[in-house]
Amino acid sequence: MKNLVYCCFIVFIPLLFACDNKAKTDSMQIKGSDTIVNLIQVLAENFVQSHPNLNISVTGGGSGTGFASLINKTCNIAMSSREIEEKEVVLAKQNNVEPIGFKVGLDGLVVIVNKGNPVSKLTLAELRSIFMAKITNWKEVGGQDKTIVVLSRESNSGTHMFFKERVIKNNDINSSDEFTIHSLMMSSSQAVYDEVLQNPNALGYVGMGFVNNKIKGISVSLDKDNKYVYPTADTIIDNSYPICRPLYLYTDGKPKGLVEMFIDYALSNEGQKIVMDTDFIPLKKN
Amino acid sequence: MRKFLDYIIETVIFICGMLSIIFVVLIFSFLLKEGLSFFKDFSFIKFITNQFWYPNSKVPSFGILPLICGSVLVTLGACLIAVPIGVMSALFISEIAPKGVRDILKSLVELMAAIPSVVIGFVGMVTIVPLVKNIFNLPTGLSAFSGSIMLGFMAVPTIVTISEDAIRSVPWQYKEGALALGATNWQTLRRIVLKAAMPGIIAAIMLGIGRVIGETMAVMMITGNAAHVPHSIFDPVRTMTSTIATEMGETVRGGMHYKSLFAIGLVLFLITFIVNFIADLFLGKNKNL
Repeated sequence: MKNLVYCCFIVFIPLLFACDNKAKTDSMQIKGSDTIVNLIQVLAENFVQSHPNLNISVTGGGSGTGFASLINKTCNIAMSSREIEEKEVVLAKQNNVEPIGFKVGLDGLVVIVNKGNPVSKLTLAELRSIFMAKITNWKEVGGQDKTIVVLSRESNSGTHMFFKERVIKNNDINSSDEFTIHSLMMSSSQAVYDEVLQNPNALGYVGMGFVNNKIKGISVSLDKDNKYVYPTADTIIDNSYPICRPLYLYTDGKPKGLVEMFIDYALSNEGQKIVMDTDFIPLKKN
Repeated sequence: MRKFLDYIIETVIFICGMLSIIFVVLIFSFLLKEGLSFFKDFSFIKFITNQFWYPNSKVPSFGILPLICGSVLVTLGACLIAVPIGVMSALFISEIAPKGVRDILKSLVELMAAIPSVVIGFVGMVTIVPLVKNIFNLPTGLSAFSGSIMLGFMAVPTIVTISEDAIRSVPWQYKEGALALGATNWQTLRRIVLKAAMPGIIAAIMLGIGRVIGETMAVMMITGNAAHVPHSIFDPVRTMTSTIATEMGETVRGGMHYKSLFAIGLVLFLITFIVNFIADLFLGKNKNL
């Protein structure tokens, strides 16, 4: 995640009575990952309904930005789509900050193909080759002799970013590998789904929420020796499906007061339902 | 008192007229300001000749050659479809059709111009795209060809209305003269009417092109958006307009990516300006007829 200073996403939850009652207003700053900024925003909006004197501002900018401001003590909670790095922990210690992470949900992507496509499993390396146009024909991965139509999301989408980091760059942050220029950039996950639905040569990736029995999800394995895992809420929760990642909230030290209440809310049944409604995977099956 | 009222109304009209000019100038200067500042950091030649558009990559690459090719290919395709249909319809409406049919056709064509482009895009996505894929046995129907067909439909009303005006403004004496000399109807149409109306028809075509090249929503939905230099009209392409539309939402204000989109806008503006300028030249010629 490079210069993702999308400071655009500042969400103030206006409190009607806050102006009259200045003394009692509390505020909370949440910063970090753009991936879950929407989720946390919805959580915050619901949370303040039961705490009318609380002001929560949710800002994106990327997981790194979130950790930086947690270390600088300019935010109460950092959102992150990765674990905190070693060097960030060191920096935090120097500033007397003790980051503690709470998993609030999971993010998983499903690679989908048309029902008429005989291919039903791929390794991560094969996926990477397909999305970088090193493999361009279905027969190279056990399908028919047809050109693979690679569908991707627009480069501004979080889904695109995650897929690029996990599959194309294979989690190597220094890699500068990119999607092939022949990939079709679709404007929405729905558009990816629609094209896969009517095109037996197409291959795309979407969030879990889009998978149904009209299209086929691909089972993915780390490499040829591992077993192929079909993406379901279960396999994402037990971490056996490779294209998924946990989503975290980090606090400075053991959370207290409102921060603790907010994290408890995110982990509560109601909070986890919101996680599911915003197309992420909750931590536990309900 | 009446003079005073006149004065007020004149002033209001004057202000309105000036406002539209001011708006254009403001928009253009903003585009210039943001677009030109991009070329301080990135050379113009590289911008329009590089083949790779990776604005968000670790080492960003801003090459709009594939985007220009995409826009040009889709526009050319749309012209090949829209020009014959448009000009023929205009001829039919103004010269051949009986009065009742003419009125119905004219209002139908004008209605066609009123279809929002997102609707055209949507209809194209569910009808033309699978059809093109099956007929030509392509890997995907999301291609420049599908885009051309739908954009052709969008350009037809513009071309028909303006060329019809041009054809109708051919003096009837020309036609009667030709017929009196023993020319057949077709000979008259082809050699006299079409020839005399040609500047107007070319202007109509240019305005049609202007509409097609600036079209965003429909191409975004149909052409597949793959930023590579296409090898044939059946390849997926990405146009300049859809790039701006899809990427503007999430760029950092003032960043390279943001500025590069304005630079694309500048290139697009230049192209449409040239097209409109040519159209104006021909329209002016038509008046002198």
